Amino acid sequence: MSENIEKGRILKISILRFNPQLKGDKPKMVTYELEEAPGMTIFIALNEIREKFDSSLQFDFVCRAGICGSCGMIINGQPDLACRALTSKYPSGEITLMPLPAFELIGDLSVNTGKFMRAMSERIGSWIHDQAMDEIDLTRLEEKMEPGLADKIYELERCVECGCCISACGTKRMREEFLGAAGFMRIARFHMDPRDKRTDDDIYEIIGDDDGIFGCMSLLGCEDYCPKDLPHQTQIAYLRRKMVNLR
Amino acid sequence: MKIVYTDSLVIGGGLAGLRIAIATKKRGFDTIVLSLVPAKRSHSAAAQGGMQASLGATIKGVGDDEDVHFGDTVKGSDWGCDQAVARMFVNTAPKAIRELSTWGVPWSRVQKGDRQVVVNAEKVTITENDEAHGLITARDFGGTKKWRTCYTADGTGHTMLYAVDNKAIEHEIPVHERKEAIALIHKDNVCYGAVVRDLITGELLAYVAKTTTIATGGYGRIYSVSTNAIICEGIGQAIAMETGVAALGNMEAVQFHPTAIVPVGILTTEGCRGDGGLLRDKDGYRFMPDYEPGKKELASRDVVSRRMTEHIRKGKGVPSRYGDHLWLDITILGKEHIDKNLREVKEICEYFLGIDPVKDYIPVRPTQHYSMGGLRTKPTGESPTLKGLFAAGEAACWDMHGFNRLGGNSVAETVVAGMIVGEYVADFCEENSVNIETGLVETFLKQEEKKIDELIANEGGENVYEIKSAMQKIMMDYVGIFRTGDDLEKAVKGLKELRKRSKNITIKNKIRSSNPELVEAIRVPKMLKLALCVAQGALLRTESRGAHSREDFTARDDKNWLKRTLTYWRNESDEMPEVEYEDLDIMTMEMPPGSRGYGTDNTVHHPDTAKRVAEVEEIKKANPKADRHELQHLLMPYDLPERLRGKNERVGRGFK
Repeated sequence: MSENIEKGRILKISILRFNPQLKGDKPKMVTYELEEAPGMTIFIALNEIREKFDSSLQFDFVCRAGICGSCGMIINGQPDLACRALTSKYPSGEITLMPLPAFELIGDLSVNTGKFMRAMSERIGSWIHDQAMDEIDLTRLEEKMEPGLADKIYELERCVECGCCISACGTKRMREEFLGAAGFMRIARFHMDPRDKRTDDDIYEIIGDDDGIFGCMSLLGCEDYCPKDLPHQTQIAYLRRKMVNLR
Repeated sequence: MKIVYTDSLVIGGGLAGLRIAIATKKRGFDTIVLSLVPAKRSHSAAAQGGMQASLGATIKGVGDDEDVHFGDTVKGSDWGCDQAVARMFVNTAPKAIRELSTWGVPWSRVQKGDRQVVVNAEKVTITENDEAHGLITARDFGGTKKWRTCYTADGTGHTMLYAVDNKAIEHEIPVHERKEAIALIHKDNVCYGAVVRDLITGELLAYVAKTTTIATGGYGRIYSVSTNAIICEGIGQAIAMETGVAALGNMEAVQFHPTAIVPVGILTTEGCRGDGGLLRDKDGYRFMPDYEPGKKELASRDVVSRRMTEHIRKGKGVPSRYGDHLWLDITILGKEHIDKNLREVKEICEYFLGIDPVKDYIPVRPTQHYSMGGLRTKPTGESPTLKGLFAAGEAACWDMHGFNRLGGNSVAETVVAGMIVGEYVADFCEENSVNIETGLVETFLKQEEKKIDELIANEGGENVYEIKSAMQKIMMDYVGIFRTGDDLEKAVKGLKELRKRSKNITIKNKIRSSNPELVEAIRVPKMLKLALCVAQGALLRTESRGAHSREDFTARDDKNWLKRTLTYWRNESDEMPEVEYEDLDIMTMEMPPGSRGYGTDNTVHHPDTAKRVAEVEEIKKANPKADRHELQHLLMPYDLPERLRGKNERVGRGFK
């Protein structure tokens, strides 16, 4: 495992501290020093800082296993999941943590990705659209699907809504209402799924403008920083081609 | 005073809670979900390996049906479950999975023709039927007679949760995120909603509702190492018990999963072994066949965890700086299979262990994983003692798992209970109206406000994090896989001591708005109550059943212990929970107690068992023409909401 870590190295972890709930509070960087433990992740380090140095420190973790997408933050300038970031990955022992930009700040490293993602889901209709769905008899055999297609849909469904793609997006910085890669991926996922009866025209209505697929400047920070290695580049290109050819 | 009114209040935004919310919303009732976190981040997402439903589409599942699933579930529970509830469950599971299929879950499908699989460490070729091509497939899991666990790679919980949350969004169900229910509002044995703290602003609100459903998951985090998400602290169960009216059932029934990685306790799915993975010791030796020649690595979870612990005790563990562990070997499955079907496992190995499971063994150890105990409910999901209070999923003791849950049955329970209990919750909304004075609401709000004021002002000097980790250590050391009276007494004593200390918690950060330390200070005393229920229940239960294994009482004792533990906390000033018992009536069981088929059977039988076995035989003999459905009904009638009663179709078999 982490035998290559020298036991007892002192980590310097600098964190952006700001609590918008407190009147008059101003953003500042605070550095905490703590001893590195074998196998230490930023999840473990942050909990230790909270328990030992400052109990007011805010951050979000849920699964702590890289599955739930709660803990996206900017680690040494790059968006990533903090729970699975081993401190041993940072040779200098200096780690700077900032909250993900482009989301409403709750406090310190905690941002409101939940609110953003719910709005995204509402905006694009992130569900199977099928008028006949409620009439399906659940006692009968399910509708068949090609095994390869099911696997392909799963590939696009692995997004954990962590928000790293949104934070890494240059277009999003310039266009407040830009949908972003998480939204495109979701659209691509439903577009691929024969159970969703929306037509290409329906999809055009959702993403066929500059806040949608035509706004993307192809800087592809999404592709570079997706913790789940989702094929953002391919899917964005695919959707754009599809939409351009439509009208 | 801020009061939010609704019909159906659901506490918890995981699979069970969301499915109940959809059920009540569909029936026309105003519905609100409260969640500590964005719903899609709930612990349901972490379910990897799959969901059991007896579809019988894969060739290795042919012959499967509700009866076989029922038998496996009852055996798995060590006869501790409510068999009527198990029946409700197995009959609804195929419908639940098919519903999820229409909602968009990309279930892995049967591919016709030959394919290579690994069974008992050997590569064998199986041939899938042409007519099953494209139907939902299944993998093998522990403690099951058939391949019954349906999956999407090893991201099953993720795809299920996304489909169900998306459905909830379609139905415009509000999820009030970052809100924590800290007390229930109740009077004269009726529940009227909850006092809720906004985790951002710190504001206290009252949610008043016709029905309140607890769907907050398990209480694994009373242990220091657990596969559970860090939000699984059992607060839903605790606030229900703190009413003094509702009871928690079988809290001592705690499951340890055989294969969590060392040291952090993150799960690697049972699907690893289901797909052919092996357990090896420090010599690279495959030891499970020596202990369990029948099911080997795929014995029930409680059995495998005990065997692993026994083997480590014999000195066969792999020493490490985090203590001894064993190896999980999935190298035999090959890169292609792992990349496709076990990719979350692969990612976990890469990120947390720096190893490649295609080539390397995975260090694993049995780790706290699942809470069979929870809020005791009737088959309808309602508390038998507190009207209008419901529970579903891991938070409930509904009780289909008894003393040991089968892998794949928990994620299945969430959606199945959601469908079933959701209808009963809606029925309750239909039949009842809320009659509650605002004065009562105000009393409950003020009471909680006062408690928080006192917590902030308290200068007793105790550190909440120290108390919490001391509690977690006690649970690890004394209330683990193998239990003894001596250890459990130490646990109870230690926890009582901690509870006293918890009255003197001083928090350093004194602000009322978003304050993680205050959150801990609110939760930890509640968690201590749960820990005491677990430890005391385990101490009093002088037998071994399922996951509750007493080294000083090794036999399953049906004669004295075929009963469900009920714990109450009637007064805040009580030092200990009050423990009562509820008998399981053998004479109404479809499947009278027998042997699970592991190790030597030293069950002390109840006198009713032989009587019931004879009775069951007689009923079967007297009705030679009855089909399996009719016979089942004769043996043990049970009820379901009307729309869920239908028989389930299977490929090549129809509705038989």
